[in-house]
Amino acid sequence: MAIEIEKPSSVRLSKVAISKTHGEDSPYFAGWKAYDENPYDEIHNQSGVIQMGLAENQVSFDLLEKYLEEHHEVSSSGKGAPGFRENALFQDYHGLKSFRQAMANFMEQIRGGKAKFDPDRIVLTAGATAANELLTFILADPGDALLVPTPYYPGFDRDLRWRTGVKIVPIHCNSSNNFQITPEALEAAYQSAESMDLKVRGILITNPSNPLGSTIQSSVLNDILDFAVHKNIHLVSDEIYSGSTFSPSEFVSIAEILRNRNYKDAERVHIVYSLSKDLGLPGFRVGTIYSYNDDVVTTARRMSSFTLISSQTQHLLACMLSNHEFTQNYIKTNRERLNKRYDMIIQGLKKAGIECLKGNAGLFCWMNLSPLLNEPTRQGELELWNIILNQVKLNISPGSSCHCSEPGWFRVCFANMSEQTLRVALQRIHKFMEQRKVCSVNQ
Amino acid sequence: MEFTRKNRQLLSRIATNDRHGENSPYFDGWKAYDSNPFHPIHNPDGVIQMGLAENPLCFDLIEKWIRENPDASICTAEGLDKFKDIAIYQDYHGLREFREAVAKFMGRVGGNRVTFDPNRIVMSGGATGANETAIFCLADPGDAFLVPSPYYAGFARDLRWRTGVEIVPVHCKSSNNFRITRAALEEAYEKAQRSNINIKGVIITNPSNPLGTVLDKETLRSLVSFVTDKKIHLVSDEIYAATVFSSPRFISVAEVMQDMDCNRDLIHIVYSLSKDMGFPGFRVGIVYSFNDDVTNCARKMSSFGLVSSQTQFLLASMLSDDEFVGNFLRESSKRLAKRHHVFTKGLEEVGISTIKSNAGLFFWMDMRPLLKEQTTKAETELWRVIINKVKLNVSPGSSFLCSEPGWFRVCFANMDDKTVEVALDRIREFVLQGKEENNHEADKSQARAQRWRKQNLRLSFSSSRLYDESLMSPHMISPHSPIPHSPLVRART
Repeated sequence: MAIEIEKPSSVRLSKVAISKTHGEDSPYFAGWKAYDENPYDEIHNQSGVIQMGLAENQVSFDLLEKYLEEHHEVSSSGKGAPGFRENALFQDYHGLKSFRQAMANFMEQIRGGKAKFDPDRIVLTAGATAANELLTFILADPGDALLVPTPYYPGFDRDLRWRTGVKIVPIHCNSSNNFQITPEALEAAYQSAESMDLKVRGILITNPSNPLGSTIQSSVLNDILDFAVHKNIHLVSDEIYSGSTFSPSEFVSIAEILRNRNYKDAERVHIVYSLSKDLGLPGFRVGTIYSYNDDVVTTARRMSSFTLISSQTQHLLACMLSNHEFTQNYIKTNRERLNKRYDMIIQGLKKAGIECLKGNAGLFCWMNLSPLLNEPTRQGELELWNIILNQVKLNISPGSSCHCSEPGWFRVCFANMSEQTLRVALQRIHKFMEQRKVCSVNQ
Repeated sequence: MEFTRKNRQLLSRIATNDRHGENSPYFDGWKAYDSNPFHPIHNPDGVIQMGLAENPLCFDLIEKWIRENPDASICTAEGLDKFKDIAIYQDYHGLREFREAVAKFMGRVGGNRVTFDPNRIVMSGGATGANETAIFCLADPGDAFLVPSPYYAGFARDLRWRTGVEIVPVHCKSSNNFRITRAALEEAYEKAQRSNINIKGVIITNPSNPLGTVLDKETLRSLVSFVTDKKIHLVSDEIYAATVFSSPRFISVAEVMQDMDCNRDLIHIVYSLSKDMGFPGFRVGIVYSFNDDVTNCARKMSSFGLVSSQTQFLLASMLSDDEFVGNFLRESSKRLAKRHHVFTKGLEEVGISTIKSNAGLFFWMDMRPLLKEQTTKAETELWRVIINKVKLNVSPGSSFLCSEPGWFRVCFANMDDKTVEVALDRIREFVLQGKEENNHEADKSQARAQRWRKQNLRLSFSSSRLYDESLMSPHMISPHSPIPHSPLVRART
């Protein structure tokens, strides 16, 4: 006879805990699971899934390693561990002054000196993930809305909305003008929010854009800032890929726009930065908020208590980023290598008959596979995506997971692998396209 | 002016309310310390910091280990080959070696009576982040948690600020050594229910901050059965677990659960290395839940506060060194015990009693005999005198929501032996002076009280830097922070 064991009734968790707003059910992550279960390896698993869904920068690690080899002072064991105690005890949410100074300098260098950053306006957080969430807590109340241009980084669904209770209202961009943000699109998004009774508190742009892999033009930045001023809302510029622009002259930071305007209207502008992409150090959890608004700086600093950067890591990076020679060389070399990778993948895709959006930054390209869709719908896109994942064995990210309004676009990462692996990936794509030509000819 | 007003309307309610807790008078003591910090040579008349619960007594042991284990750092020649893999590791599960080492450490700290599962170890931005994450998982805005008082002043921010959750204190009394009774819990719970406050759980700190006492088995069992009966959660913040320096031993709620009929889905532990190891800068917070859904949710939320992989790597190595850990825990207890003894004995000699405690980095001092009247106002007056005249930054009981005026938390671990002597001398002098002066006529004491008050006023406005934002964050002010103008107070044993 079966014995019934009564399971104690589970106590309800919070609404935040039960909700799906963490976003992990998106196909964006399903691809990662496929990769985890069958990861490509140059030697041991040549038929595995190649990870092209992860925007990581592994092209310049040798530069970092060389720096560390030559500079023992950053390691704790150098001279009988001096400073370890002070470092381990340092939990001040202002952050190490030397580190903030180094970050400010680094950010200035990336912008070719066209903008200046005050170290006392730098607030440290454990990654840009935390920075974006923290800013949202500060700039908006639960139920309010932020306007975000599409396509956008899938993580925003979690970072901006999950625990904050804030909503995202998309600013629709499309391929007719290379997905640029237009004043009409801004206004349409604002109206859309109003019609849903949502109070718009700000706009969040990513510049250079993820997933487009392109920088936002100066004129567009001015339009966006004008719009924010007109509506009396905030402007957050996530510039996490600013050091990954292939050519230094092509990136214009919102900081430059403000400088040109003599910092008028600056109190509504906030910049997010991180070392996860430009330096390829996502594990170290280094994010920053740079705000021109004193209240935001003060509040963000207090809030950063929940997400401080390990003092051990602050110390290491303070040393590294204060070395002007190192950073100059790194920024320059990194740009060159990313550019080279980009050219390689674009050429390879072109040979296979695939067009991409013209890009000039980032760790990925925005690939147009709309001609291959069975039907020009999200469903059609996901069907194609499934084939690419399971047959071609490439984990790329479908545009729908980035909320792109046009089906058929895919984000393809190219910096998180060796050149050899990238060649293999391009071969697979080539073969896939050849097979499809044959199929369509036979139909 | 107009700009500022407009400006404030531009921010969220969370950004403009006071729930960050920094306007509490609790921080006036820090401000006083920061503007006049004690230094044995450069500023012997400065304020001694006794409001900061830090544990630097065993750094020599740690520094020795680091010197002898260069491969634990990814920046040294020996560890450099690991740099790349560690630097790109951002998986919110955390390095397996790190989780295993932390689980093992937690087990040892609990006397190896419990085995902790590495797969339930979830990272967070310090215990600050861990407590907030737990609340985000367990409660909605407007819900409330019961918290036995006196409790850590930072809870006001950590549990409430961004979560929108409320704290309902469960007042404990000195008459039974501030024990948490079932009756007090029931009463607080019923009262909350009657006021339509939705209680979602209880948060305890064991060992207690600010009392420095450990919870006994009976109290722990009582708590577990209370939450099981009411179908609410229990979060046990065990951040001071390894600071126990004499018997009775530390008992984790995990141990008590083992032979009890209870709903395991309701039990969650918060841990950190900030106190036990003395690493507040490394931001190592842990959420350990027996509830799978909470573990999964907290893990997703850990994206907002992961531990730096560089730090995970170092600690994975350090904490799996069994010999080092054993020696460290033994030495740490010894040194804390000695420090505690020196202070409590010194105070006893001048008639100041403290709650009998055997853990923590502080003791709970009874200054009720020195109060003019048994009110919070009198406590605050006495506190200002202690800061401004005696020049010790101690923390008044009211900042811990203690319902009885006259108690003060005094931190003893964050200074060197010489400074301990100075602090004790000052207290002795103050107490003896007070006793002497009590024997004089009333008008003389009135004149003195007026002088004290004047002194308070003078000091309050003497430095505009008291309210300078560029000063250290109140919670985080450490005598060891590298601010050039502040003489550092090194703790050396």
